[in-house]
Amino acid sequence: MQKKIIKLSILLLIIFIIGVFFIGLNKNSIYDTKGLVGQKITKIKLDHFSKNKTITEEDLNKNNFTLINFWASWCGPCRDEHSILLKLNKEKNLKLLGVNVKDKKNNALEFLNDLGNPYDYLARDELGKHSVNFGIYGIPESILINKDLIIIKKFIGPISKNDYEYIKNIIRK
Amino acid sequence: MLTNIGNTLLFLNIFLGISIIYFSFQNLRNKKVLVSKNIYHICLFQSTFIIICFLTLVTGFIISDFSIITVYQNSHSLKPFFYKISGTWGNHEGSLLLWIIILTIFSFLFLLYNKNHPKNYRLYSLIVQNILILGFLSFLLFNSNPFSIILPTPKEGLGLNPILQDPALAIHPPLLYIGFVGSSIYFSAAIASLLTNYSGRLFAHSIKNWVLISWSFQTLGILAGSIWAYYELGWGGFWFWDPVENASLLPWFAMTALLHSLIVLEKRNLLYFWVIILCLLTFILSVTGTFLVRSGILNSVHTFANDPSRGLYILVFLSLMIFASVLLFFNKFKNSNYNLNSNSKETFILINNWFMIFYLITVLLGTIYPIFTEVLTDHKVSVGPPFYNTVIIPTVILFLFFMSVGPQAQWIKNKFHNLNLLFKILAASIFINFSIIYLFKSYSLISNFIIISAIFLVISSLIDLYKLFKTQKMDSSRVISHLAFGFLILFIGLNYNFSLEKDFNLKLGEREKFENYSVEFKDLRLEDFKNYKAVIGEFKINNSQKNLDQSLYPEIRIYENPSTITYEASIRSGLLKDYYITMSNIDRSDYYNIKFQKKPFMMWIWMSVIFISLGGFLRLFKNAKKDY
Amino acid sequence: MRIKIIIFFTILNFNIVNAETFLVDSNKIFKNLRCLICQGQSVADSNSEFAQTIKLVVRDQIKDGKSEKEIYDFLIEKYGEWIVYKPPLNKVNFLLWLLPYVVFVAGGAIIFLLFKKRENR
Repeated sequence: MQKKIIKLSILLLIIFIIGVFFIGLNKNSIYDTKGLVGQKITKIKLDHFSKNKTITEEDLNKNNFTLINFWASWCGPCRDEHSILLKLNKEKNLKLLGVNVKDKKNNALEFLNDLGNPYDYLARDELGKHSVNFGIYGIPESILINKDLIIIKKFIGPISKNDYEYIKNIIRK
Repeated sequence: MLTNIGNTLLFLNIFLGISIIYFSFQNLRNKKVLVSKNIYHICLFQSTFIIICFLTLVTGFIISDFSIITVYQNSHSLKPFFYKISGTWGNHEGSLLLWIIILTIFSFLFLLYNKNHPKNYRLYSLIVQNILILGFLSFLLFNSNPFSIILPTPKEGLGLNPILQDPALAIHPPLLYIGFVGSSIYFSAAIASLLTNYSGRLFAHSIKNWVLISWSFQTLGILAGSIWAYYELGWGGFWFWDPVENASLLPWFAMTALLHSLIVLEKRNLLYFWVIILCLLTFILSVTGTFLVRSGILNSVHTFANDPSRGLYILVFLSLMIFASVLLFFNKFKNSNYNLNSNSKETFILINNWFMIFYLITVLLGTIYPIFTEVLTDHKVSVGPPFYNTVIIPTVILFLFFMSVGPQAQWIKNKFHNLNLLFKILAASIFINFSIIYLFKSYSLISNFIIISAIFLVISSLIDLYKLFKTQKMDSSRVISHLAFGFLILFIGLNYNFSLEKDFNLKLGEREKFENYSVEFKDLRLEDFKNYKAVIGEFKINNSQKNLDQSLYPEIRIYENPSTITYEASIRSGLLKDYYITMSNIDRSDYYNIKFQKKPFMMWIWMSVIFISLGGFLRLFKNAKKDY
Repeated sequence: MRIKIIIFFTILNFNIVNAETFLVDSNKIFKNLRCLICQGQSVADSNSEFAQTIKLVVRDQIKDGKSEKEIYDFLIEKYGEWIVYKPPLNKVNFLLWLLPYVVFVAGGAIIFLLFKKRENR
């Protein structure tokens, strides 16, 4: 009897492991820091792009929603999402904070001159260190936060049309 | 034309495989004592055809026939000749063909070399092995066919990833495949043994040389992979506990355990069912490793390009293999009475197995755990070097002591150990360790234990070697392997503790100083090569204390086909240590990020592994001389 | 007498082992962090943008006096557990750390039982 239990448990264990492998095959998800959703951002201290001041939580508390967009002039996909950002700028309930990462001031300004400036606030993170505070690991990335500075959604890569619709739905409620 | 030849031969081999199985069953049923001649002939044809098929693919690579899909995807007319050839197996489809060659040739050779064993045992081995061959052949033909045609024929190929264009990596798959793919033959033999109740000493005798072959080559294959990683990947390490590396290590643990248990089975006719489990386990682990690496289920440095359908096929094949062998084993298992004295050689071999299984399960667990957390909890975790090092290293201390004492023990009942001698060796080890600390620098507590136990093993093995030499018994293979293993751990321990790593940014003309070393960024130039452009830096390394003055030339290589950038480390390998520099550019800056490393005893680490494997080959030749 | 000599050397040996330095080793931390945009490389080994940024951030935090654990906690908070190579001990991971030792003890027990059987005859 004892032998039968051992044999059965071994078989069940094998079936379990193989089963997990089967499911794992289909699951293969791309890494994204979606675990951040629901977290509150704190310790925001971004240097303003041109003026000699810092952007902190107080500035963002005033808005109902803020979209923080990390970009740079040397980043190709940033150009792709730029038109959508310009559209989002027109939304009433949403402010855009652009963080220019690891970029030269002139190049960044040229970029904005050529393609338009969708940002209500513009900050720079020359060494990229501050973007780590937001869980950023690549460019472009964007974070949608609400009035309480809670992360509603993270967008890895350029903002797509679907993302645009999603954001519109959230901010118009 | 080449594709036609290749495909025809593959289909032919499927037909041959089926006929071997058919004729073998026929042969089993008739009363003849000998295996019928036509089976030998078909096996010979099978091996010949698969070799020709493989050479056809190699030819395709050499002449750059881009109508063959594998050649198109993995080669380029400008590639150096040697790498055109090695490109044949440097990709998924080509390497599968290599799998099949090993399966086929081993099948034939096993049949030939087992003439002294019963017909039904040999035929069942042949049948099971051919089922495996057919499984892989159909996978190749219907999912991953290297001979698929591309029309219209592309003018140029996509090229082979430049980091794969390295001599160590070129021989790494063939070595490794003789290792873990070769283990298929004793998987099949184990099943045959269960089916025909052919057990005990005779069975051990039948498979032992095959286990030795696969173990020795597996050791060399793992070494080649580590050497490649060290010279090519640019981080100065040789083992990262990456899933692909673990996939080659898991069968090695099982093979080592098997190797030792076979000794007990042959000498004392004990542990038969445990040996069967190990035989089945080794090849199952090999296929599992292949599954983990090629299905894309795990994230790793050097995976092949991924395709879920591959993963599905391999998993189905693996599941069938596992269920068939486990169910058969349960059916045939008989409890035996063990009469083991706690102080005997048998016990020490069991202890070896205990540790091997522990390492096996630890590495397996660490490798597949992320899959479980992701599937069951939607949580992604990483399991890397800190986990493996923390769990494994402390036990190595004990293991080394057992390795020193075990071989001295006698069979059945050990006479009293020469405790006196053991204490002397221990004292000497502690003294040597203390001298190292005194003369150079000290290190962590665990390192102390590791180095002491490694020295202990080295000294005991040297004493053994001396005794052997005096009595002129030439069975040095075990001593050599154990001695080399002791040295390996010793050198790894010393390398780990005496390595120096510095990471800093430099501009051309600048110099960085640290700990008596000075690194000067002297020159930077751009050079054109056959299939890449290189940015070569010249770094002058000085050490006033050691009278060192050397130049190293790390490169940043820009390849066109495919378009990649690689960072070539510049390594000055010396008898006592290697100097190692990698240089990478920092975007939008004049600074370069420099990693400087001083790595002691690298040559000795490689040599130790070669000698571990040499022990295996020595034993193999001794056996071959005796038997044939 | 021999035992005394051995004990003497042993104690001498371990007294030479220096007390562990309490400086946080940046390289050790870099080796324990995964470069998120690379295929299986640590921050220490990678030359990517992400790795370079993380190195800066970690160095800053060391200067600020943060401990190793605090740095890992911070990065896990921002990037998830995937970024550290040493799985932290929690509900999800405790099996990973526990099972190897269970196996080790079980193996030892099995061998021990094999002799018990013999002794009982």
